[in-house]
Amino acid sequence: MIHDQANYERETEDVREPLLSEKGEATVDVTDDSPLPDDLTRDELTLPSPSEPEIARHYTRLSQMNWAIDSGPYPLGSCTMKYNPKFTEDVAADPNAAVHPDRSERSTQGNLELQYRLQEFLAEIGGMDAVTLQPPAGAAGELTGILVAKAYHEHHGNDRSEVVIPASAHGTNFATAATAGYDVVELPSGDDGRVDVEALEAAVGDDTAALMLTNPNTVGLFERDIAEIADIVHDAGGLLYYDGANLNALLGRGRPGDMGFDVMHYNVHKTFATPHGGGGPGAGPVGVVDELAEFLPAPQVRENENASGYEGFEPERTIGKVHGFTGNWLVLIKAYAYIARLGDEGLADAAAKAVLNANYLAERIDLDVPHGPFHHEFAATAGERDAADVAKRMLDFGVHPPTTKWPEMVPEAMLTEPTEIEGQSSLDDLAEAFDLAYADTDEALDAAPNRTAAGRIDQVSAARNPRLSWQALDGE
Amino acid sequence: MSGADGTPYAPHTDAETAEMLSAIGVDDEEALFDIPDEVAFDGEFGIEPRTEREIRAECSRIFGRNDDLTEFLGRGHYGHYVPSVVDHLSDRAEFLTSYTQYQPEISQGFLQALFEYQSMLVELTGLPVANCSMYDAATALGEAATLADRVRSTSGDTVLVPEQLREGKREVLANYCAGAGLTVERYPMADGNADVDAIADRVGDDVVMVYAENPTVRGCIEERLGAVGDLAAESDALFVLGSDVVSLAVLEEPASVGADVVVGEASVLGLPTAYGMGLGIFACSDEFLRQVPGRLVGASEDAGGDRAYTLTLQTREQHIRKERATSNICTNQAWVALRAAIHAASLGPDGLVDLANDCVREAAALADRIDGLKGAVAPVHDRHHVREFAVRVDQPAAAIAEDLEAEGFAVHVVGEHLLQVCVTDLNAGRADDLVAAFEEVI
Repeated sequence: MIHDQANYERETEDVREPLLSEKGEATVDVTDDSPLPDDLTRDELTLPSPSEPEIARHYTRLSQMNWAIDSGPYPLGSCTMKYNPKFTEDVAADPNAAVHPDRSERSTQGNLELQYRLQEFLAEIGGMDAVTLQPPAGAAGELTGILVAKAYHEHHGNDRSEVVIPASAHGTNFATAATAGYDVVELPSGDDGRVDVEALEAAVGDDTAALMLTNPNTVGLFERDIAEIADIVHDAGGLLYYDGANLNALLGRGRPGDMGFDVMHYNVHKTFATPHGGGGPGAGPVGVVDELAEFLPAPQVRENENASGYEGFEPERTIGKVHGFTGNWLVLIKAYAYIARLGDEGLADAAAKAVLNANYLAERIDLDVPHGPFHHEFAATAGERDAADVAKRMLDFGVHPPTTKWPEMVPEAMLTEPTEIEGQSSLDDLAEAFDLAYADTDEALDAAPNRTAAGRIDQVSAARNPRLSWQALDGE
Repeated sequence: MSGADGTPYAPHTDAETAEMLSAIGVDDEEALFDIPDEVAFDGEFGIEPRTEREIRAECSRIFGRNDDLTEFLGRGHYGHYVPSVVDHLSDRAEFLTSYTQYQPEISQGFLQALFEYQSMLVELTGLPVANCSMYDAATALGEAATLADRVRSTSGDTVLVPEQLREGKREVLANYCAGAGLTVERYPMADGNADVDAIADRVGDDVVMVYAENPTVRGCIEERLGAVGDLAAESDALFVLGSDVVSLAVLEEPASVGADVVVGEASVLGLPTAYGMGLGIFACSDEFLRQVPGRLVGASEDAGGDRAYTLTLQTREQHIRKERATSNICTNQAWVALRAAIHAASLGPDGLVDLANDCVREAAALADRIDGLKGAVAPVHDRHHVREFAVRVDQPAAAIAEDLEAEGFAVHVVGEHLLQVCVTDLNAGRADDLVAAFEEVI
C-alpha cells in the first residue's frame, strides 16, 4: 500500500460521526426576556448546544475524515492543488488588515498599498495593463471579464450577441456567458485536441463578442496557433478572453497579454497557492488591456497625484461592483505573500517543475495518454475501464484520484495534474497507484473504496430523494 | 533550494530532475515548453523574491499604515467577537487545504460540516432548503433575481428593491439583472420601513421579485413583512428577504412572513470584518429546489448502509449543465461557512439569542445617549433597531465624521446631515468615549 500514513481506515462497522444535533439540541424561548415586542420575534429557536470540548472533538474528527493537500497527493486536473505555504496564513491574520470596508481612504493607506502592489504584480505576470481585485472567485472573475467586454462593445456601438467557447472548456465559461446574457457558440476541438482554426473562422463573425480560451488548454496542450487565433477573433471585431485556470503552467514563460488576450482572470487559489478551504473562498482578479480599463469595477486603486499615498478611483465607464464590498481580501493577502516569496525565478521554476512532473508522470503510467507534449496536466484514458471506478480504487492506495470523465473529448478521461510540489518518489508512488487500480479486477473496482471513512456512496438516491438538512432526516 | 533560485515548494534535487528529464527523453525543462517564440515571454517581472521573514515584516509594516480607529461601522457588514475555538478548528489543514468534495468517500468531514451549516440555516430561516454558501449578501441577492426570472415565467422584467439599500448591493444586483434582461426599480420607505402602500400600488404582472431587508440597511426592524409577502404572493412575484444569521435568531421566521427566498450574510459569525469579505446565505422553499444556485450537500448511504454525505443535485451545476446551469457559481465560501457553523455551535441557541438581543439593547441605549446631545437626533426612525441607527445632525455630517475620526472613531456618513452608527459587542465598551467625542465635535 502506498501513502499508508495518510489513510484513515474504517476500523469499525460504523465510523459515522454524530451530527451536532445528535450531540444535543436545545430549544430556547425567544419571547422570554426579549427587548422586542412579541409580534416582531419568533417564538423559539432550536440549535445544537454542545460544550466546547465536544465541539473540539467533533470538528477534529471531521477534519480527520477529510482529504487535503497536506494529507497527500491531490492531482486533480485543472484544479491545480498545490502546497499552501503556512506563513501566508500568519500574514493574512494581521489584525491591522482586518478593517471595516467603509473606513476612509485616509485611515486605510496600508490596505490600499497592498492592493496596489498586488495589482502591479498581477498585471506584470499576465502582461495586462490594469487589474481589479474585486471578483470573489474564478467564475466571478469570468463574469466580471465578460461584463467588461460587453460594456466595451456597447460603448462602441457594437451589437454582438454571441460568445464562442471550445467544447473542452470549463463549464463555468458557458454558464458565465449565459449569465451575462450571451448566446453560446460551442467550438468543436480539432483532431489534436487544440482549437481547429478553420472551425474557428467559421464560428466567428459580426455577432461574436468574445472567444473564451484556456491556454494551455484542458488537456494540457498549448494552443500553438494562438497568434493566428487572436488575429481571427480581433479581425471579426471580437475580444479574446483568457481563463486563468491553467496559468500555473505559463508563469514566467508566456503571458496572456503577449499572446493577444484582451481580458483574463487569475485563479489565486490555484496559481498562487492560496488554500481552497474545501470549496472557497477563492479570489478571481481580472486583468485587461488599456482599451478595456475604463470599464473595470470600482473602486480601483492607484497612487495619488503626488505619489504620497494611495486612493481608490472609479474608472470612467465602470460596470459598477461585482461584490458587495472589496472581494475576498484575506485570500488576496495570501496571494501577495506567495508571489513575493517566489519572485521572478521562483514563479518560472514553479511552471518548469509542474511541466516536468506532468510529463514524467504521463511517461510512467501504463494508461494510454493521447497527444503530447504536455504542459502541466494530461488526460489519460482508462480505455475499457470505467474512469470513476478506477478513481475509487485509487482511494484505497492513499492518493486523491485525478479528475474523471472530463474533458469529454477523451473517453474515460483521467485528467491528471501533479503540480510542481510532488518529487520523483511521490510521482512514482502515484504512477503505481494508477497502475494498480487500472489493472485491478472488475470486482475490486466495483467494491472500492474499502479503506476510507465511508464506502462507495449512493449518489443516485441522494439526488432522487434529496435530504439536505438534519430536519429532513427526522424520523430515520 | 532557496527562493532566489527557484520555488522553495518543489522538492526536486538536481539529480532527480536529471533522472526525470532522462526518463522523458529530453535534455532540459525548456524542451517541454511548447510555446512558439513569437508569444514566449523572456522578460522579467521585476519581482524580487523575499524570505518568509522579510515578507512578514514587509506586510506588517504595510498594514501598520492603517490608522488604529474604533469602528462604529456596519451597514450590512459586521464584526462580532470570534471565539478562539473557531480559528483553531477551522485552521486545521485538513479543512483549510482541501478542495471541493468531488470524491465524497474521502471528504466526509467537510461534507458533514456543510450539511450541518445548511441545517442551521434551515432552522434559522424556517425554509426547507439552504445551499452551502454564496460569495456574499450582494451576490446572493443577484442570484435570487435570476432565480425569480427563471421561475416566474410571466412577461415580468422588474425587480423591486427598497430605496434605502447599500449602493454596492444595488450595483451587484444590476450586474446580475443585466444579463437576464431585468430592470431594478426602487420603492419608497416610510420612516425606515418598506412603504407597504407604495408596494401595493406598484406590484403587478411586470414584477418578478420584491426584495426587503430585515433589519434594513439603517438597522430598522421591518414591522409589516407579512403584508409585503402577501402582496408579492398575490402578484406571483418572488418575495426575497435579506437578513443575517444573528438577527434571524430572534426575528420573525422568514418562512412565516411568506418569504420564498432568504439571502444575506452569515459572515457575522466566524469572520472578523476582514475588509468586506463575506459569506452569502441562500435559502428557499422546496418548490425551487432544482433551481437553487450553488452547491448542495445531501445525505445518502454508503455501500455498507451507513449514513454518508455527498454533493448532490449537480445536474443544476455548470460542470454538467453548462450554459443551462442555474448559476455560474462554482467555488463558493465553504471554509467561511465552516467557521460560521463552529461559531454558532459554540454560542448555542441561548448564546445566539443573547447576542441578537444585545444588538437590540446596545443600539437603543447608544441612540438614547446620542439623542441627549445638543444638535443631534437619534434614532432618526422611530423603530426598533438592530446594531445600528441613523443620527440627524445640525452640522454637516461629513465634517462631524472627519472630526470623530481625528478623535479615533469611525462612523458612516449617509446624508448631508445624516450619520449612521453601529454598535456591537466589539465596540460597546467604547460607547462612552464615542458619546464624549460626539459631544466635543458636534
